[in-house]
Amino acid sequence: MSESESESVSREVAQRVFAAEFNDASYTFKESDDDRAPVYLLLPTGQRANRVFFVGTLTETEDVGEDNEYWRGRIVDPTGTFFVYAGQYQPDAASTLRELEPPAYVAVVGKPRTYETDDGEINVSVRPESITEVDAATRDQWVVETADRTLDRIDDFDEAGNEYARMATEQYGDDVSQYTDTVIQGLESLESDSTDELDGDAAGDGGTVSDADADSDDVADAADPSPQA
Amino acid sequence: MTELRTHAAEIAEQFSDHVDVTEDEVETKLEQLIEEYQVPLDEAKRSVRNSYLEAAGLERDEISQGGSDEVLVNEIDQDEQWVDLRVKLVDLWDPRSDSIAQVGLLGDESGTIKFVAFKTSDLEELDEGKCYELSNVVTDEYQGTYSVKLNRTTTITEIDEEIEVGDNSETVEGALVDVQSGSGLIKRCPEENCTRVLQNGRCAEHGEVDGEFDLRIKAVLDDGHEVQDVIFNREATEELTGIELEEAKQLAKDALDTTVVADEMRADILGRYFTVTGPTLGRYVLANEFEQHDGPADAESVLIKARSI
Repeated sequence: MSESESESVSREVAQRVFAAEFNDASYTFKESDDDRAPVYLLLPTGQRANRVFFVGTLTETEDVGEDNEYWRGRIVDPTGTFFVYAGQYQPDAASTLRELEPPAYVAVVGKPRTYETDDGEINVSVRPESITEVDAATRDQWVVETADRTLDRIDDFDEAGNEYARMATEQYGDDVSQYTDTVIQGLESLESDSTDELDGDAAGDGGTVSDADADSDDVADAADPSPQA
Repeated sequence: MTELRTHAAEIAEQFSDHVDVTEDEVETKLEQLIEEYQVPLDEAKRSVRNSYLEAAGLERDEISQGGSDEVLVNEIDQDEQWVDLRVKLVDLWDPRSDSIAQVGLLGDESGTIKFVAFKTSDLEELDEGKCYELSNVVTDEYQGTYSVKLNRTTTITEIDEEIEVGDNSETVEGALVDVQSGSGLIKRCPEENCTRVLQNGRCAEHGEVDGEFDLRIKAVLDDGHEVQDVIFNREATEELTGIELEEAKQLAKDALDTTVVADEMRADILGRYFTVTGPTLGRYVLANEFEQHDGPADAESVLIKARSI
């Protein structure tokens, strides 16, 4: 096609991945030596992600910047917490985080970012391109869609020629069964949703997850903001 | 045109970019081979072609081939391909240039495509609503949009058959993950037949002009497997966002800034799921119809699938 040129620099697909899997990822790579070549985060179920799209409940926002505003948002899905960071180079997302009153359902398009903490751990977060407030129906649709896309990746994991699955096996191991459980956990959360789901979600999932993530959270604080900007 | 003349024109056209060749010269050579030496037509054409190939120092596959493939108009996705079409003449437009004999829209069941016939090609006129077999037309591409050019080697055969014309429609769905620049309240060039979007008050063709306000959204739908660019025209944009042109102008006036309109629209549509149906134009799907999703389609079947792994 004569569009092949524009297609070669075409927009990266936004991967659908639950927080539980996203936070297990740590390995990033490029596919060319070009300085501007996209950086991919390798997902444990065997896919590369240069962009992600997720919908969850914004449970907390905080300006963690020192000289300049640097906003951190905690966004909870049925399986865990995404951390997003937005500063002066993401003015729209930063002002959304400044203005939104948690809890609120938000949709985020953004780029995965990793950074190494002082004790050598790799933390992963999202640098948002956009954050918008959405409704519960959109959140539910994202959960089902993400469940479906995750199952597709698990299905394809053992396919011969799935190079990202081979890479994931090398980096994270070949057992992806826990992500089937993640999917089930995500879908079952929809069934048990009460009418008062926003509050239920924020308190329930947000609570448990913040315990589990307390460490990385603190480290993130300590390491902020320079590794992100 | 005699049959021999048609073949001569076809060969001359093939080589016109490479060597100095006239139809008369080719016709004379063909005539000599066929009449004087009793060579069959195909062999004569082959022989003449080879002599020009040699003269031009070309390989056979470097020139356009005489025999072209019959394709559907929607399948055309390459520039400068020689193809055959079975089409209905859907619409004739007024030529904007003296060099154009006819310009308009051809259609088959896959959709429609623009065609141009130049005066120099000296072809018979096509009639609106009639169906034709057109062989040896050349594809052309402009900014991702394809058209076909008729040329002097094109043969036109009217066919007694009704061709149902499709509408190139495509349906795409996904999350709306980006609203691109050039969206919201825009200004278009007011010159007749020019609808270019102005950049800083300038039209790429007509320079500084007093533009006319319009609304539009260029967005990206992403389903997690692939991305698709979509365009909402003014009507669709108003329906999608609930912001009408007059209101948009007022918003911009109050803020002394037109970008507030796009910002407002972004907040309404980014991150939501949509199904969009409409004709394709280059890399875009034009949103003639669209629907915002109001929840997941089938959580149950995905759960069953998950539990079966």
